[in-house]
Amino acid sequence: MLAGIRTHELRKVFTSPPPLAAGGGFGPRRKPKTDKNGSPGKGAPTREIVALNGLSLEVLPGEIFGLLGPNGAGKSTTVGILTTRVRPTNGQAWIGDYDVWAQQVEVKRLIGVVAQRPNLDFSLTAREILLFHGAYFGLDSRARAARASALLDRFKLTDRADQMVRGFSGGMMQRLSIARAMMHDPQVLFLDEPSAGLDPQTRLLLWEIIREYNQGGKTILLTTHNMEEADALCQRLAIIDHGQNIALGTPAELKASVPGGFLLRVRFSKHSTELIERLKTLGGVREVRLIEPEPGDDESSVDVYADRGGSLVSEIANLAAANGVELTDVHISEPSLENLFLHHTGRSLRD
Amino acid sequence: MNWKTFLALLARDAHVARRNFIPLLLQTFLQPMMFVFIFGRVMVRSGYMPNAYKSLLLPGIMAISMIFTGVWAVAMPLIGEFQFTHEIEDRLLAPIENDWLAIEKVFFGAAQAVVAGLAVIPAAWLLLRPVELNLQSPLTFAGVTVLVAFLSACGGLALGCSISQTQIGLMFSMVLTPMIFFGCAYYPWSALANFPILQKVVLINPLVYASEGLRGTLVPQFPHLPVIAVLLALLVFDSLLLALGLRQFRRKAVT
Ligand SMILES: Nc1ncnc2c1ncn2[C@@H]1O[C@H](COP(=O)(O)OP(=O)(O)O)[C@@H](O)[C@H]1O
Ligand SMILES: [Mg+2]
Repeated sequence: MLAGIRTHELRKVFTSPPPLAAGGGFGPRRKPKTDKNGSPGKGAPTREIVALNGLSLEVLPGEIFGLLGPNGAGKSTTVGILTTRVRPTNGQAWIGDYDVWAQQVEVKRLIGVVAQRPNLDFSLTAREILLFHGAYFGLDSRARAARASALLDRFKLTDRADQMVRGFSGGMMQRLSIARAMMHDPQVLFLDEPSAGLDPQTRLLLWEIIREYNQGGKTILLTTHNMEEADALCQRLAIIDHGQNIALGTPAELKASVPGGFLLRVRFSKHSTELIERLKTLGGVREVRLIEPEPGDDESSVDVYADRGGSLVSEIANLAAANGVELTDVHISEPSLENLFLHHTGRSLRD
Repeated sequence: MNWKTFLALLARDAHVARRNFIPLLLQTFLQPMMFVFIFGRVMVRSGYMPNAYKSLLLPGIMAISMIFTGVWAVAMPLIGEFQFTHEIEDRLLAPIENDWLAIEKVFFGAAQAVVAGLAVIPAAWLLLRPVELNLQSPLTFAGVTVLVAFLSACGGLALGCSISQTQIGLMFSMVLTPMIFFGCAYYPWSALANFPILQKVVLINPLVYASEGLRGTLVPQFPHLPVIAVLLALLVFDSLLLALGLRQFRRKAVT
């Protein structure tokens, strides 16, 4: 049975700060969001954190779908809701035809989950973790043993299979978590930042395994704040920020949606409105954005979206000189998801 | 409800318990046996305690061992697994309602408490010999034992889902220790007759019914609360603690 994923207007408001151990969410702590009429959230009586703010998604059966967003965007919360681990404040979510909150057991049967934080059973050995996981899902003992061995082998854990996982490195725990999530051959696999903490080689192995698993018709939802990973692995992506979906499409579509594609981040020795206006008239320039200056920063930062890169630099420098402004820094990036994120939010994914 | 999953969850706990067998054994028996030795043997042999005290003490020791074992077996793993390592998440994702995971923990803790309680009898008997056990109704004794076992396990669930790692010490000094001292384990409830207020107040302590129930079924020659009242009280406490434990468990299980 093929199963997709759907959410409708998901909202999640946390009323207490995240527990220290919650993992993720180390990004800038946001003040309670206020409505659009702009009253600042400072005087709000209770500390509410709006983790998701009306997120609607549809992941097709058999698709590798990525949730891309910076820390604190709400990726883990989305995965938590979709995997019965977080109760949504509002909205609904479905796995296949099952309502996640109302039909938890049916949903749990369909899904495999790799949480952002390792959550291995420390009282067991690596092999036992897989065997018991298989047993929870009703696999008979022969099927369990065979599948556990195959997965341990695939994830290069065979030589440590019969050791307690307490002494495993982060990367080994991560690999074992992924093997465990695949143990019962779930229709839908959730991977929350699966390659965080993996060395480049293991990351490639993981990508290969994910693609291979997907070949069998399985739906995969993964989260990442790594654009290369999203680009390389995902058939479609949603870019989320502050708990909202800000862009959706294939990696190619998303990249093409950035005006021009190239982004030049330039800095000038001082601000000049006239210069900004004249930049817009340069050939190939599609959009010019003035970046809010940091307090105490006399220089002026400008993002120039254009359909060419390096060849613009000398023209920009000349234009600046003509306006009595010095060009102090330029950074050129080629069409990328990073540019898309910047274009939508004014912030870098890496911040 | 999904039997295969439930049994697999039990099997996992049994496997882990087997791996920790020796520490578990020491933890269950060392303290009660030392108590039995000092009070039942040293104090009696030297004449500070009457001979009959030995028989009075045995059911109390059994009650304490059961309560300790059950609370420990359920509460300690839960505290660790929820807080620190999130180890429990894999089982929360098993295809069964979350409540059944809590109930599985309770069954497993109760089974451990029964084993501990039944093992205390021969062990204490060896140290105390002779003890006058007077088991008149094995069925009632079994009923009391099972209810006491569930009392301890449900208590463990409620405690384990209500306190954090840093409060474990407090749990022992503020909850379990007073419960044991005011739990009529070392003396019959009737011995409190000279302290009428205390005698009423201790009735909120479920351990009182565990001690008195085991006393009433194992050594009925001593004064004890009516067994039927004990059975009812245990049933009420079991249900209350289970309901409270499940509520706390649900709060912890889902954010
Ligand atoms: N258990 C929690 N309690 C309170 N706040 C939380 C909890 N989990 C996450 N948050 C907050 O919700 C927001 C979204 O977090 P999360 O979904 O973990 O983001 P991401 O996975 O995209 O980094 C963050 O501001 C985070 O601090
Ligand atoms: Mg996260």
